Amino acid sequence: MFSVGDRVRTRLRNPAGHTRLPRYLVGRDGRIEAVLGTLPFSDRRAAGDRSAKETAYTVRFAAADVWGADADPRGSICADLFESYLEARE
Amino acid sequence: MSHSHVHEESAGASNRVKALVAAFEAANVFTERDLDAAIETFLEHAQPANGARIVARAWIDPEFRARLLADGNAAAAEVGIDLKHWAPVKLRVVANEPGRHNLIVCTLCSCYPLAVLGPSPTWYKSDAYRSRAVRDPRGILREFGTVLPDDTEITVWDSTAEVRYLVLPQRPAGTENATEEELRTLVTRNGMIGTAVV
Repeated sequence: MFSVGDRVRTRLRNPAGHTRLPRYLVGRDGRIEAVLGTLPFSDRRAAGDRSAKETAYTVRFAAADVWGADADPRGSICADLFESYLEARE
Repeated sequence: MSHSHVHEESAGASNRVKALVAAFEAANVFTERDLDAAIETFLEHAQPANGARIVARAWIDPEFRARLLADGNAAAAEVGIDLKHWAPVKLRVVANEPGRHNLIVCTLCSCYPLAVLGPSPTWYKSDAYRSRAVRDPRGILREFGTVLPDDTEITVWDSTAEVRYLVLPQRPAGTENATEEELRTLVTRNGMIGTAVV
């Protein structure tokens, strides 16, 4: 479980099946913006487990941490990501 | 992509829908007429006027605004917009403020707050908008004719799970004496997506 303000990194994962972790946010550093509670877990649902649920979070990424030095220094991206997409970062 | 290719793709989708509907009819699940009626009823209630109702109330009532930002579904119900059929989808309203702007996109498909904005515009579903909104939101906004000050912080909300986003635009200057009904007419769909300011 993560809390608002925690630093996280999206796991390096490129599953063959369905996922709702966009590729542009794979392996990126962000911060928990909001805890969304338990939501239908798309990845496992797409594989036939229709009752699958998982805790999801809104994660905020600085644009520069996603796109590099030429990104808008004041820009950020928020995405809603499932717990198993994330790992804690010191 | 040639025009005929687009046409063939859409004919393919249309044939698949026909086959699906025929299968549901054969299994006595629903008829084509039931389906048409369900879509009609849904679209009758899903329109940008819903979003405008929410925004105008938030402009005149600071306590409603606070409740709206905390729980979009509950606040929508207060102004007569029923999102129960939407469960477990959550409506999250993000507020523009001086120096802070919000933009909504779905990079993975075309998630959109249909119940409060109606069917999405074609550009919202385009590859160009979906890929560029996260990479260069300021450039996208400029193409929509929306030029923000350089020091404005832009947050792009990528709708990747069961949350649908709605932008609460800033109330336009000079509307201090406007009624709630007059304010509703000022709220635009693009203002609630974040590609425009109101």
